[in-house]
Amino acid sequence: MFIRERRLFACLLVLVTGLGSSALALADEMAEGVERWGVNMTQGVTPVSRDVYGLHMDIFWWCVGIGVVVFGVMFYTMIVHRKSNGAKASNFHESTTLEILWTVVPFLILIVMAIPATSSLLKIYDTDEADMDIMITGYQWKWKYEYLGQEVSFFSNLNTPLDQIQNRAPKGPNYLLEVDEPLVIPVKKKVRFLITANDVIHAWWVPDLAVKRDAVPGYVNESWAYVDEPGIYRGQCAELCGKDHGFMPIVVKALPQDEYDQWLDEKREAAAAIKALTEKTFEFDELYAQGEKIYNSVCAACHQPGGAGIPGTFPAIKGSPIATGPMQAHLEMVVHGSSKNPAMQAYGPQISEVDIASVITYQRNAFGNNMGDSVQPIDVLKFKQGK
Amino acid sequence: MAHGPAKGISRWLFTTNHKDIGTMYLWFSFAMFLLGGVFALVIRAELFEPGLQIVEPAFFNQMTTMHGLVMVFGAVMPAFVGLANWLIPMMIGAPDMALPRMNNWSFWILPFAFAMLASTLLMEGGAPNFGWTFYAPLSTTYAPPSVTFFIFAVHIMGASSIMGAINIIATILNMRAPGMTLMKMPLFVWTWLITAYLLIAVMPVLAGVVTMMLMDIHFNTSFFDAAGGGDPVLFQHVFWFFGHPEVYIMILPAFGVVSQIIPTFARKPLFGYASMVYATSSIAFLSFIVWAHHMFTVGMPVAGELFFMYATMLIAVPTGVKVFNWITTMFRGSMTFETPMLFSVAFVILFTIGGFSGLMLAIAPADFQYHDTYFVVAHFHYVLVPGAIFSITAAVYYWLPKWCGNMYNETMGKTHFWMAFIGLNLTFFPMHFVGLAGMPRRIPDYALQFADFNMIASMGAFLFGAAQILFLFNVIATIRGGKKATDEVWENPEGLEWTVPSPAPYHTFSVPPEVK
Repeated sequence: MFIRERRLFACLLVLVTGLGSSALALADEMAEGVERWGVNMTQGVTPVSRDVYGLHMDIFWWCVGIGVVVFGVMFYTMIVHRKSNGAKASNFHESTTLEILWTVVPFLILIVMAIPATSSLLKIYDTDEADMDIMITGYQWKWKYEYLGQEVSFFSNLNTPLDQIQNRAPKGPNYLLEVDEPLVIPVKKKVRFLITANDVIHAWWVPDLAVKRDAVPGYVNESWAYVDEPGIYRGQCAELCGKDHGFMPIVVKALPQDEYDQWLDEKREAAAAIKALTEKTFEFDELYAQGEKIYNSVCAACHQPGGAGIPGTFPAIKGSPIATGPMQAHLEMVVHGSSKNPAMQAYGPQISEVDIASVITYQRNAFGNNMGDSVQPIDVLKFKQGK
Repeated sequence: MAHGPAKGISRWLFTTNHKDIGTMYLWFSFAMFLLGGVFALVIRAELFEPGLQIVEPAFFNQMTTMHGLVMVFGAVMPAFVGLANWLIPMMIGAPDMALPRMNNWSFWILPFAFAMLASTLLMEGGAPNFGWTFYAPLSTTYAPPSVTFFIFAVHIMGASSIMGAINIIATILNMRAPGMTLMKMPLFVWTWLITAYLLIAVMPVLAGVVTMMLMDIHFNTSFFDAAGGGDPVLFQHVFWFFGHPEVYIMILPAFGVVSQIIPTFARKPLFGYASMVYATSSIAFLSFIVWAHHMFTVGMPVAGELFFMYATMLIAVPTGVKVFNWITTMFRGSMTFETPMLFSVAFVILFTIGGFSGLMLAIAPADFQYHDTYFVVAHFHYVLVPGAIFSITAAVYYWLPKWCGNMYNETMGKTHFWMAFIGLNLTFFPMHFVGLAGMPRRIPDYALQFADFNMIASMGAFLFGAAQILFLFNVIATIRGGKKATDEVWENPEGLEWTVPSPAPYHTFSVPPEVK
């Protein structure tokens, strides 16, 4: 029986080393610049994140200390007090002193832990006197950032190519943690985040800032960050929010104040330029090409890249009665959303008139829909204004 | 008066015998354990490498949801009710449960509930995909049509649990043998008595919250819809008012099981019996006032955060008392390590590790980094798998010879233990690391820096799964034959169940024993 157990142990050992070596084999396929085998929380780049890291390590070492004592006694007794070692069982089964001791001592340790935790928590909750405010809104499955009082707002979408996700192309170092437009903030400023959601609950989380707040429809939660060093900090949605919960990352780019100001100016100019385009008349091909881009970043998550949808959940665009029906109904659906299915949001307030015109043109002519018609941005604007 | 079981299928359909019903509960829960395990393996297979390989994200979410629901409501809870049915009457010297016809019914509605739940996988739009915590409005306004079947399945499971709990309380309070005072009851009976009260207190809350969902979905109410004046956060408060006691429902009977097994193999009485009872009661009480620690990031006022942080940290005190008592029970004993003892010792060690991560999660500012990451997944699997699953397994090995009269195969039992132990740690320990490094839970695909540990976790999961097949084989082999067990089975075990023959006759204690 002893031999059999030893043989079993050998088999398990082989299995464990096998696991290790196959994980190492994975290394060859991995992109450069990926930090592997990370085992601990980041210290982050804000005073709060360093506080949180400190608390985490303190409570961790308390646990290790308690563990060493408790498991030490346990393993000692399991090795020494065995029947096979000739140990005779004693019969003690009560000691009020011991019971009081091991109730009071843990209680005192908890008090020691609770004091710094309380002061950190109060600091995190102090959202007063912020230098600037950013409204963050969670959507299925993207984030919207609004710089309050600055007339700048935009959506931030995942921009990892589908080919990488479906294993047809090698994965980049920031696989699933990259977006088309990052949130840009200045360093050494107290930036207040006002967090909410448009549809279901999301959670905005950037580990390096130690900010994780649920984005709840109907609520505006507050949080803040004071970033010390310029850099790019990546995070993800942390609350299950439907199909593409795993595909709505967050990228924060912290810039020195002057670069931030410059970025803000460029953003304003770009917004003005897009507004001016609303008046312009576009060629069909221009609309179609732009529409394909918008379709893939905005629509494809549900309606699928080929326009076939997911039966029973997301309707197809290919041959759909709306995309191949009257233009008015198509505009209605895209601008105001579906009254029956809340997953089809109102895109009117979300994307520009140019993009709405483009994507409608694309949907009516792609996937074999071949309607041959198109719509101009100015028509979209008129539709929005109820004309 | 005494008569044997009926013949054929009617024995199982119409039985009011606590042993038959216990057996059915245990087999049902094992079937659900395998089903939930298959769902888990689909998840781990998809997460073996970055990228989407095996399933689509929509189906992945159905798997995480169904895995949680089936394991919690189908595997763990019915297994403990099965153990209660088999053991409580024998432990307190009663001839059967107090309400045997209700006992039959509370079992037989369960297969219908789970058939309904499983059938949602085949429906248009798929099975529930909003996580086992089913937060509104993802589970109401944005849910697939099958959510209605999910709601009714939960109603039936809740009814079954409430009936089971009423039955257990009635049995324990009314049917103890003369001389068995409350403070002489075996700890398994004590922990189940407390668990039954928890069940009666919180299952109606669960029924309430799913009914509110039903109203929102079909009758245009707006309990959880912000657009209609409702409150999505209300859902979480109500859910976790059920949900936190629910996790103790899954662990208190496990404490009871381990408190029966460790003294037997340490050949020494349980240390601090009274303090164990008080600690269990304190844990049960605290379980009602800590629910919002699941919601530290939801945006509660700071006073709420502080209250729930302090209350949660307090749970460490009675839980610590229990662990210290088990270790002191072992201290200066004369120990042997048969399979039930191995599982119980692993329970104490690994549950304590799960307790440590629980203490870390209680620290609200640190929880802002841990919340909804794999660190949480590691934490609750460390308390539920070595906690609930290992204790159930230990209980089966410990009492199986009493149930069927044959000894199980010890080598196979130990092999099962080591495979499960290694598989479990390979699966769940690396999850602490990826969680701390920033991997959110419930995602079908992940960034490259999490790849190595995920691969290890997936391999561990398949090892753990394979171990359960060995378990099934060992149990069937033991029922069909094997070395005859003595009436005592073990060396001087405590308890009335060891005074009846092995296998236990169809009816035991028709005449109540005298307890000194």
